[in-house]
Amino acid sequence: MSGDTGASATAMIEIHDLHKSFGSLEVLCGIDFEVAAGEVVCVIGPSGSGKSTLLRCVNLLEEPAAGRISIGGTEVTDPECDIDAVRRRIGMVFQQFNLFPHLSALANVAIAQRKVLRRPKHEAEKIAGENLDRVGLGDKADAYPAQLSGGQQQRVAIARALAMGPEVMLFDEPTSALDPELVGDVLGVMRKLALDGMTMLVVTHEMSFAREVADRVVFMDGGVIVEQGPPTQMIGSPSHARTRAFLARVLHPATATPATATPAPATTATTAAPTAVDDFD
Amino acid sequence: MSVSETTTGAPPRRGLTRRQRHRFVLGGEYVVFLAVVLAVVLLADWDTVRQNLANWDVAKQLFPDIITVGLRNTVLYTLLAYAFGLVVGVIVAMMRLSSVLPYRWFAMLFVEIFRGLPALLIIIFVGFGIPFAFSIEIPGGVVGQITLALGMVAAGYMAETVRAGIEAVPRGQMEAARSLGMSYGRAMRSIVIPQAFRIIIPPLTNELILLFKDSSLVLFLAVTLEQRELTKFGRDLTGQVGNTTPIVVAGLCYLLITIPLGYLVRRLEARQRRGQR
Repeated sequence: MSGDTGASATAMIEIHDLHKSFGSLEVLCGIDFEVAAGEVVCVIGPSGSGKSTLLRCVNLLEEPAAGRISIGGTEVTDPECDIDAVRRRIGMVFQQFNLFPHLSALANVAIAQRKVLRRPKHEAEKIAGENLDRVGLGDKADAYPAQLSGGQQQRVAIARALAMGPEVMLFDEPTSALDPELVGDVLGVMRKLALDGMTMLVVTHEMSFAREVADRVVFMDGGVIVEQGPPTQMIGSPSHARTRAFLARVLHPATATPATATPAPATTATTAAPTAVDDFD
Repeated sequence: MSVSETTTGAPPRRGLTRRQRHRFVLGGEYVVFLAVVLAVVLLADWDTVRQNLANWDVAKQLFPDIITVGLRNTVLYTLLAYAFGLVVGVIVAMMRLSSVLPYRWFAMLFVEIFRGLPALLIIIFVGFGIPFAFSIEIPGGVVGQITLALGMVAAGYMAETVRAGIEAVPRGQMEAARSLGMSYGRAMRSIVIPQAFRIIIPPLTNELILLFKDSSLVLFLAVTLEQRELTKFGRDLTGQVGNTTPIVVAGLCYLLITIPLGYLVRRLEARQRRGQR
């Protein structure tokens, strides 16, 4: 959590040969992938590409079918692993916020500190207040989720995760459910978090955020990582046809025609995704 | 208005306009209603009725015992059975949602039995069947029997209500709680069940009303004078004085509780419809 954003040698997240199926549908087909401590990685890809499932496998909200996942040296896929203990070290932010509607903003941020970390009430609320300040909502401590805008709710959700002092933060399309004018506030909080040196794995459709904040961009399609690299290269001049077609659709949705937007010099990428996968997610 | 105005241009029609016909029917309904009321008032022997159903002298003798014994015991039995039923109901609901198959089977069987059998049959079974069959004494005597029997009946209904409430809480709530490091049980207790109960407070209050009335089935158990609840109290005194007034007063005592509770349920439901939290 210190400011070493450089290419740190220690891997915070290690994923080896990860497979996941829903029924007969294979959603993740052998993912190998690492995130270094302090690194910000954005995962992009069409809907149904398996990127959300990958994220949810990292803290075992989804049980992987096969493969190994380690967080800071602890193998979470080990059956002996105390998953609750590992999850304390992993913050997760959901597309639908998932704030607890029966609790005030302050209590939302305090409850896991009290029930999981066993912090006394006054200490938990003090830390909760600090984290609400951190996301710019110090004045909304007493508000209930229903009284907050989507952007405010998502920032409370970020504060709730941060209050546990996580080593890694997972973001599952954190701005996809927001009205466009509220997206900026949430991205602002995430940008600040990245500058503070937090290790972040972000599934997103916000290309400008990825370009600006990410150390690395990963493009997924059809349950595999198609390519990855620095954001300028990935978004500016991707080498795979599938990546280019996807970016063309996302960046210029009005003009692009799917798949044929750009010629494909990299023929390895033409092993197209099974179409059935598109329905998923 | 517009009906009669527009019809003036058309060829004259015999009979009534729609508006006139409506008035005619409505008037007819009032006439029938008044006729029935008049018939009852004129034909009934009001002195006899007053003597037997609303005899002030008999009613006065009922107090204070009908409150301090009858109503008190009715409320006591209801609350004991309700508390017992709620605890068992939550446990059965959790078993119903468990990933362990035998637990789910047991919970389904439990619900089917206690929802499917008449409450009276269960009371008789607990009151006479179990003590004789197993030659055991149910702790707490009659009060224990009542708590157990009515509680199990209530548990059967409440288990299904609680299950529905838990299932109505969005899955993301459990996921958010678990991703903060809470165990399944902790997430259930701190996050899911509090929200589920908010959803099911109206049906649970309804169950309290039903149980309050079902407590009258205690009539069939061997209760002492001091253990009598409203219905038994009313029936016993009706026999003693040869007058039905005690039953009427006992009935009023029930309504004293059930009408405000029913009002409360409607308020709670209306509040929920408005989507307040």
